Amino acid sequence: MTTGIERPPTDLLYSEQEEFLRETVRDVLNKACDWTSVLALTESESAIDRALWRTLAVEVGGAALALPDDIGGAGATWRETAVVLEELGRSIAPVPYLGSAVVATIYAQEIGAGDLLANLATGETIAAVAVPAGAPWFRPLRQTVTVTDSTLTGTVASVADAAAADILLVPVGEDTYLVDPAAAGVRCTPVVSLDETRPLVDIEFNAAPAQRLEGTRPAGDATAAALRAGTALLASEQLGLAEHCLTATVEYLRVRRQFGRALGSYQALKHRLADLWVQINQARAAARYAADCLATGSDDLAVATAVAHSWCSEVALHAAEEYVQLHGGIGFTWEHPAHLYLKRAKSSTLMFGGPDVHRTHLTGLIDLPLPTLENI
Amino acid sequence: MTDTTTDAAVSAGDPVTEDGLPTYVADFLNTHDPATMPRIDFLRARFDAGLAWVHYPIGCGGLGLDAAAQSIVDAALEAAGAPDNAPHRNVIGLGMAAPTLLAHGTPEQQRQWLRPLWTGEEIWCQLFSEPAAGSDLASLGTKAVPDGTDWVVNGQKVWTSLAHEASWALLIARTDPTVPKHRGLTYFVCDMRSPGVDVRALRQLTGEAEFNEVFLDNVRVPDDNRLGEVGAGWKVTQSTLMNERVAIGAGAAPREGGPIGFLADLWRQDETYRTIGSFDKLVQLWVEAETMRLTTERLRQQAVAGTPGPEGSGSKLAYSLLAQRVSSLELDILGEQGLRFDDWSFRRPNLDDEHNRPAGYRFLRTKGNSIEGGTSEIMRNIISERILGLPSESRTDTTTPWNELPR
Ligand SMILES: Cc1cc2nc3c(=O)[nH]c(=O)nc-3n(C[C@H](O)[C@H](O)[C@H](O)COP(=O)(O)OP(=O)(O)OC[C@H]3O[C@@H](n4cnc5c(N)ncnc54)[C@H](O)[C@@H]3O)c2cc1C
Repeated sequence: MTTGIERPPTDLLYSEQEEFLRETVRDVLNKACDWTSVLALTESESAIDRALWRTLAVEVGGAALALPDDIGGAGATWRETAVVLEELGRSIAPVPYLGSAVVATIYAQEIGAGDLLANLATGETIAAVAVPAGAPWFRPLRQTVTVTDSTLTGTVASVADAAAADILLVPVGEDTYLVDPAAAGVRCTPVVSLDETRPLVDIEFNAAPAQRLEGTRPAGDATAAALRAGTALLASEQLGLAEHCLTATVEYLRVRRQFGRALGSYQALKHRLADLWVQINQARAAARYAADCLATGSDDLAVATAVAHSWCSEVALHAAEEYVQLHGGIGFTWEHPAHLYLKRAKSSTLMFGGPDVHRTHLTGLIDLPLPTLENI
Repeated sequence: MTDTTTDAAVSAGDPVTEDGLPTYVADFLNTHDPATMPRIDFLRARFDAGLAWVHYPIGCGGLGLDAAAQSIVDAALEAAGAPDNAPHRNVIGLGMAAPTLLAHGTPEQQRQWLRPLWTGEEIWCQLFSEPAAGSDLASLGTKAVPDGTDWVVNGQKVWTSLAHEASWALLIARTDPTVPKHRGLTYFVCDMRSPGVDVRALRQLTGEAEFNEVFLDNVRVPDDNRLGEVGAGWKVTQSTLMNERVAIGAGAAPREGGPIGFLADLWRQDETYRTIGSFDKLVQLWVEAETMRLTTERLRQQAVAGTPGPEGSGSKLAYSLLAQRVSSLELDILGEQGLRFDDWSFRRPNLDDEHNRPAGYRFLRTKGNSIEGGTSEIMRNIISERILGLPSESRTDTTTPWNELPR
């Protein structure tokens, strides 16, 4: 049981290296990822910003921060990866970082796919695990794909970060199959997504050629670990998003004048932003803790993940809603970035199961039993 | 007055490092057996050895180490069965007076006050609020007029927690009414046993009297008891207030450490308490309490030994709102049982009563959390202006001399 005990002290601050990494990533994003280009990209055919991915993943080495250096990683930890995600969230960058550099990378690591990992580490290969975006880590996947003579048949709906994948990792039962999305018999159909900055695809396999990966761990375990890590680190992306919404709103209210004074001097608005700041402060602590638990392999990771996902999801959404509302009419226009953040924020709360599902899962971990109907 | 000599153990010899701390504590325990030493002698020796608050300087009960090292000391002493200094009895002393004395006191003042404060021999209170000056504390009217080497103080303070037990008080008074309100204030330490100090119990909505009205009638305060320069009292006050916010907001260290612990245990106790609607609220509050715990921990890691910044206002705000919602749900879950209270008598409370009183008591007492130490509204003003940098409300009271302000 995890309740009631004092946990060992965890470093919830940012190290100097983390701050340095943040500056580097922020520089890249400031130059290459202003919101107008994000908007333009969502209206174009391409799903991700390949040039941005190259700079971040390949040149800055962001694809494999947490992988050991002997396979081409940076030998850092998932804490640093979380910092990159904060910056990506801040600029809602349309790159499959969460899907490829976190979920697929951890999946490959779990099943012990060494060559694949080395490829992912360079950032030259983008991979996606073929699971629905809304799948929580603790629930076994519904089997929608079958194997016949090394070919796959079936569909996986609403896969995030898969539109630009070079490789698909498909868990089928306890096996993992490697599929080339360009192969005959594979069709990835883009979906019109609520969040076009993290587009979804429906994947259809029709006797698609697949290579079974000799893994050291069953696919079910790898999927769970990968999705849990994805959920834990999504919190950092949500934190970054929320911070952008707050900062941009504060700046706007400082200059926007109505009734002869700066809107930011009205207490009704100040107090809303103060409350939001408090919530974001708590989101930072929760996200840092989840990242640290992932980095250190803490046995508190499940609790930390459930707490971080349920809290940060709702805070990010609240921040994006305030972003729109407190910008008034302009906040409701297509010509202002707020809607991109709103869509990302709401979509993120539906990823990996969502806050309610995670809170319900949490009650099992901390021994808060569900009500039984007989007693009511 | 208590003996204030410093133990040679820390003033001479090599400085104690964090690595050497476990050995140092073990040596201390070898020469000071908590099982045989009188409690107060043990506490005094612990202070003199620098093991009271290790991040304080040598001679002030500390070793000048990182605040995080305190947990090493506390764990070792607890394991050895050492007595504690009953921190709940002296919340204002430990949470507010000590850091203020450390930051603004002279070495003589620190030597006089810190040890008996830490051991709990002397309880402290805070004579700040007045009937007409609460949130707008800087408008206060209690006067201090110089007279020889003393000041003569007249005025009325209110809502003064612990004044009935206190030996010493943090006092702010107006020393110059002709300048704008923030500039005419001076900060003193007032001996509560002085002639002219009249403490009258003030009953609060829990029935009991934790706080008081305090009348100050020609009370003499020696100039030696002044903290900071004449007219610079507001600056000293700020440091007390920021520490107060951290002290109120930074309570619950272990998971389920605060009010949420009572609620979660209640839920586990008996399945007839469990309903669908409460379940959802309970889990949401549990998550929030956990994020609060982590935030407080982050704040602690950030602050280490430095002075707290305005961030403490965030913890204070969040803590009080959470505590109120948690204790309200606790009553809901209890249902009919929650209708019963234990005692409305007008009395002085035990300060760790929370644990022995019914849920209804917690429901009522937590209403004070969002008022004491600055209201939630004031916390929000501080966050939005000092952290977020939003413009302040337009006001005229900061430039007009205090004695020309409309009242
Ligand atoms: C349990 C308890 C213990 C206390 N202990 C002590 C103590 O030991 N020593 C001590 O000196 N004081 C103590 N206090 C007093 C406390 O600090 C004051 O009550 C508090 O600062 C509020 O001041 P006030 O009561 O005058 O309320 P007011 O300032 O009159 O406020 C009334 C209401 O107006 C709101 N308000 C005021 N100004 C603004 C503004 N600018 N913007 C928006 N809203 C505003 C307030 O938030 C509040 O809701 C204690 C209070 C309590 C409840």
